[in-house]
Amino acid sequence: MAGIVSIENLRKSFGSHEVLRGISLEIQKGDLVCFIGRSGCGKSTLLRCINGLEILDEGSVTVVDQRLEHKKGEKIDPTEFEKKAQALRKNCGMVFQDFRLFPHLSLLDNIVCAQTIVKDTPKDEAIEKARQLLSKVGLAAHERKLPSQLSGGQSQRGAIARALALNPLVMLYDEPTSALDPELVDEVLQTMKQLDQDGMTQIAVTHEMRFARDASDYIVYMEEGLIVESGHSDQIFSEPKDERTKQFLRKFL
Amino acid sequence: MKFRGLTRLAAFVLASLSASLTHADTPIRWAADTESGAPFVFQDPKNPERLIGFEKEIIDGVAKRLGRPGQFVQNSWDGLVPGLERGNYDLIINGLEITEERKREIAFSTPYYITAQQLTVLKGTQGIASLEDCRGKKVGTLKFSLAHRMLEQFGGIEAVTYEAETNAYADLEHGRVTAVLIDAPIAQYLAKPNPKLELVGGPIGEILYGIGIRKNEPELVAQVNQALADMVRDGELRRIYDRYSLWNPLMAKAFKDPGPALEGPTMYEYFLNATQPNRSRTMGERLELYQSFLPILAKGAVTTLEISVAAMCVAVLFGLILALVRLYGPKPMQWLAITYVELIRGTPLLIQLFFIFYALPHLGLKLSPFFAAVLGLGLNYAASESENYRAGILGVPRAQSEAAAALGMGRRQTLRYIVLPQAIRIVIPPITNDFIALLKDSSLVSVITMVELTKLYGQLASTYYDFLGTGILVAGFYLLLGLPFVRLARWVEVRMSLQPGTQIDQERSWMGAARTRAFAWVRRPSQASE
Ligand SMILES: Nc1ncnc2c1ncn2[C@@H]1O[C@H](COP(=O)(O)OP(=O)(O)OP(=O)(O)O)[C@@H](O)[C@H]1O
Ligand SMILES: [Mg+2]
Repeated sequence: MAGIVSIENLRKSFGSHEVLRGISLEIQKGDLVCFIGRSGCGKSTLLRCINGLEILDEGSVTVVDQRLEHKKGEKIDPTEFEKKAQALRKNCGMVFQDFRLFPHLSLLDNIVCAQTIVKDTPKDEAIEKARQLLSKVGLAAHERKLPSQLSGGQSQRGAIARALALNPLVMLYDEPTSALDPELVDEVLQTMKQLDQDGMTQIAVTHEMRFARDASDYIVYMEEGLIVESGHSDQIFSEPKDERTKQFLRKFL
Repeated sequence: MKFRGLTRLAAFVLASLSASLTHADTPIRWAADTESGAPFVFQDPKNPERLIGFEKEIIDGVAKRLGRPGQFVQNSWDGLVPGLERGNYDLIINGLEITEERKREIAFSTPYYITAQQLTVLKGTQGIASLEDCRGKKVGTLKFSLAHRMLEQFGGIEAVTYEAETNAYADLEHGRVTAVLIDAPIAQYLAKPNPKLELVGGPIGEILYGIGIRKNEPELVAQVNQALADMVRDGELRRIYDRYSLWNPLMAKAFKDPGPALEGPTMYEYFLNATQPNRSRTMGERLELYQSFLPILAKGAVTTLEISVAAMCVAVLFGLILALVRLYGPKPMQWLAITYVELIRGTPLLIQLFFIFYALPHLGLKLSPFFAAVLGLGLNYAASESENYRAGILGVPRAQSEAAAALGMGRRQTLRYIVLPQAIRIVIPPITNDFIALLKDSSLVSVITMVELTKLYGQLASTYYDFLGTGILVAGFYLLLGLPFVRLARWVEVRMSLQPGTQIDQERSWMGAARTRAFAWVRRPSQASE
């Protein structure tokens, strides 16, 4: 069955270094998927290819109804690619390890501007929506603060709210808790769990194995630009098929 | 009866029509540099808003005879000839020597004054009475003057040139030069009354002053010559020279008028009376004097401010366009912007001002002095501002643009809503500094006939022989002009960087903290990015 996100034979190099070496993957609507693997195996690159932040060298990525593709040997026009990627991002929110709230805007304005600029939402409507989202992620009291006045966990929840404001069908997270103090990790993961219950499709690169095991529906284990093994999280964690997966997980659990 | 009345009316109408065709009421514009301009054209020491000088009286006589009102245009000495060619005024009368070189550029009236060079030394100097004696020594003179050339051609003398004659004599007093060689009338007015200085030797060479007129206006030359001839014939010219005590044997011979003076040297005495006590004013007199400067300097300050603010607006807008083109424009446009910036930054502002004001008219673009000043300063500072913007834009972490892109913003939206607002905050402090620098650089526009603070300083200080007190006064005006902008910039910086309604009141009381805080985030994301 075709998923909400589908990746076919994706390849990506930086210079002579082939970082993704032929990735194919289907992601089902409503799943919380975790990409796991050793540092440098290509998880972030794969995630960034899904919303076109990296230009594909070969293969295709489809998110909902928008498709980015590049056939081997074909010349690519970056402007053209960026245009298609922009269309695809309508359905695709992204959260970064370092939050990336806009420092010159208050928390509320961060969430409002995303809507007014990208979707032309009328201002009062955007404010109302922003307030709803802020209370959903537990930040209603902080809406007037500048990003520099927020803690890491608050910032990351704010970033999630900002992405959600555009009504994405898929959310991408690149190590959303790695920059956080341990006691703040949970509040972010809690937010993601809550979104999972609401039926959001989420893809997260993570080193939080406990979270991957307990909260996710599907696991993708990667090594050196290839998917070694993927499957339901119960299966991957309790009976991994591949020896390499076993070894990797043994270190964590 | 009726018929005759009609003809008379028609004749009257025709006469006034033809009169207007020959510019009967259009003023005749004449230029001079009044800065240390005695005895030519200078500010009345007793009333700085009034012009006096023998050339002022001559030009009044000429204008009267041309039947046109005279209109004075201030220009710096260097710019007098280019300004004439450019059409800023119709006549130059400012001790302009008739030389072969100048005759190639402009036409001259018949000479209205004949004089010689005069050597001046410190009182009591032994053994210097001629140019011969000056070999191996430093001799001061005016830049671009005949005396300057004479010194260079004489050989063996080191010529030191000055913009203003008062400065040459001041340096003589301070011992920086051994002698000063300047036109005799200047020596008579500025050196002779000075007890520390002494005129030595006889007249050197012969100098003819003529009124400068554009080459393509032979009728005007003829009219001016006619007016001068009339003034010689009816004795008005002689009387002017008598009043200024400037009639000399050379004049007597050339104008065949060896007779005794027709009038007493009233203006010379007036000048001496008014300026002599300058050297020994009491404190109270000084304060009174400075008080009389205030309204004049205030006017100059307004001009300085207008030019600077307008030029800064040009610089801030055009600089932004340059920076954007350079960063995001198509390749050929990028090169154009780079070339522009390098060209402007690699050449002196003074040359650029001259070029805009005096050279562009040859290409058909003639700007008023004000617009030329604004454009010159604005285009120059745009180059610096574009570099500031570029640094500011590049100083916004790439992570920010990426986050905007991930939200679905296009390149333009990202630039406009995310990158530029952050860049502006980085750029406000350097832009404020540049504004202060521009305020000071605006003093250069006196070369294109603008009279602003610095020009007024030169004029007032040289008229009253008071560089110290006037200087402090003018410096005060510059500081007062700059201060509000420094304050405004700080305020904007604080306003833009902190959200109202948060606990920042203590920080506001100490701007430094606000600044540190405002820039904390500039550093933070770049540290945190992968
Ligand atoms: N923009 C880039 N230019 C060049 N090389 C890059 C670039 N981005 C990533 N790489 C390289 O590609 C490889 C995969 O990087 P990627 O960031 O996808 O790894 P990762 O699995 O996310 O690792 P980590 O867990 O440390 O984040 C690494 O060797 C990295 O050095
Ligand atoms: Mg990564």
